[in-house]
Amino acid sequence: MTLNEVKEILEAEVIIGSDKLKMEVKIGCAADSMSDILAFAKPGALLLTGLTNPQVVYTSEISDIKAICFVRGKKPDEKVIKLAKSKNLPMLMTHLPMFESCGRLYANGLIGIGYLDIEKKNG
Amino acid sequence: MAEDKKYTKIQELTYELKVGNVMTKKVVTVSPKKTIYKLRNILHTKRISGTPVVDKGKLVGIISTEDFMKCLAKGETNIPVEERMTKKVETLYADEPLVHAVRKFDQYGFGRFPVIERGKGKLVGIITKGDIIKGLLKKLEIDYHKEEIHRYRASHIFEDIVADRTTLTFHYNVVGEDFNRAGESASGLKRTLFRLGIQPDSVRRAAIAAYEAEMNIVVFTEGGKLTVSVETHRIKIEASDSGPGIPDIEQAMQPGFSTAPERIRELGFGAGMGLLNIKNCADKMNLTSKVGKGTHLEAIIYLNQR
Ligand SMILES: Nc1ncnc2c1ncn2[C@@H]1O[C@H](COP(=O)(O)OP(=O)(O)OP(=O)(O)O)[C@@H](O)[C@H]1O
Ligand SMILES: [Mg+2]
Repeated sequence: MTLNEVKEILEAEVIIGSDKLKMEVKIGCAADSMSDILAFAKPGALLLTGLTNPQVVYTSEISDIKAICFVRGKKPDEKVIKLAKSKNLPMLMTHLPMFESCGRLYANGLIGIGYLDIEKKNG
Repeated sequence: MAEDKKYTKIQELTYELKVGNVMTKKVVTVSPKKTIYKLRNILHTKRISGTPVVDKGKLVGIISTEDFMKCLAKGETNIPVEERMTKKVETLYADEPLVHAVRKFDQYGFGRFPVIERGKGKLVGIITKGDIIKGLLKKLEIDYHKEEIHRYRASHIFEDIVADRTTLTFHYNVVGEDFNRAGESASGLKRTLFRLGIQPDSVRRAAIAAYEAEMNIVVFTEGGKLTVSVETHRIKIEASDSGPGIPDIEQAMQPGFSTAPERIRELGFGAGMGLLNIKNCADKMNLTSKVGKGTHLEAIIYLNQR
């Protein structure tokens, strides 16, 4: 799924990265705990989160998250936007709550990290 | 796959670069009152196939070799340029993304577009397909170079050093309770390891371990140190602080155990998963602590040697 599709599906606003909307995200990941992201996110994932502090950017960088979409209309401050810019990390914002955001993306074909584990189990 | 990547990179650049970044700024122009005969000299000496017509800095038209040839055929060499120029000129703004220019070339099939300043109609440059290609190549080269040079220089360091055993050590100071900078050390380490040419999976594991250790220092202590040493066969991460210490290490290692206060949980930390994350990322982990004295954590990641 491209970032542009994510934007359409979630009726999201682009905070930074309007030049990267063609970027592909293959997998979705939703979390409000940094350690969960670090433990479970797969490289190249789209992160849905309600957290907007600088650590969300660092956590994403460390976990090879490709793009962030903030839910519930939360928008990071200038400092955080600047940090993300320096790391080439696109950021979107949707007014939808977390549950709804995940549901819409999943229904539109974006798989989650669990999917890979299920695949593995079933061979 | 590399080809694919390049393609999207170029597409990205056409959004990033502006028309003003690649256009030719020194434009040969002609005034509307000049005769077709005089125009011939300009086109000939400057070896160009068309030129914007400018009156007092303002773009009023454009005239091409084709227009010029038609005049010649009819013997109209003494009439002024303004009578034969195209008056409705397709232009671009200097602040438009390059992708607009690409589309316009596609759409009209013209050889060039004058570039004007938004609002004022002042001619500031001219753009041809050649300018676009040159601009893209230059930018690609610059982008490619910056990171590649770092990578090239760093990734050969082990080969370049002559010794029986080489260890590179990186030190990071971690400031307690500073949530503006928390994460900076692990971020710097990640970039450094990547530049050293270490496999992405190992870089990732080392970065996660370092980040969790860094965050614990920020959250639970007044500050400490992160020391990372790299040899060809392994990365060793050490995090030490002289903070409050951990009374029961076995308990601290349990998933979900956390003493982080609400304030920290609101920031997204305090799930009690950090130490376990470090353990899972590392091939070896050792944690020692003395209450009132401090904590020392060591994590080792082995590298597949090539
Ligand atoms: N450097 C340290 N100094 C003192 N106590 C520590 C230190 N590191 C960890 N601890 C203690 O160990 C507990 C577990 O740490 P761990 O990193 O696993 O979880 P957390 O930091 O509480 O939450 P998370 O890492 O998921 O954000 C902490 O809550 C804290 O009580
Ligand atoms: Mg922790």
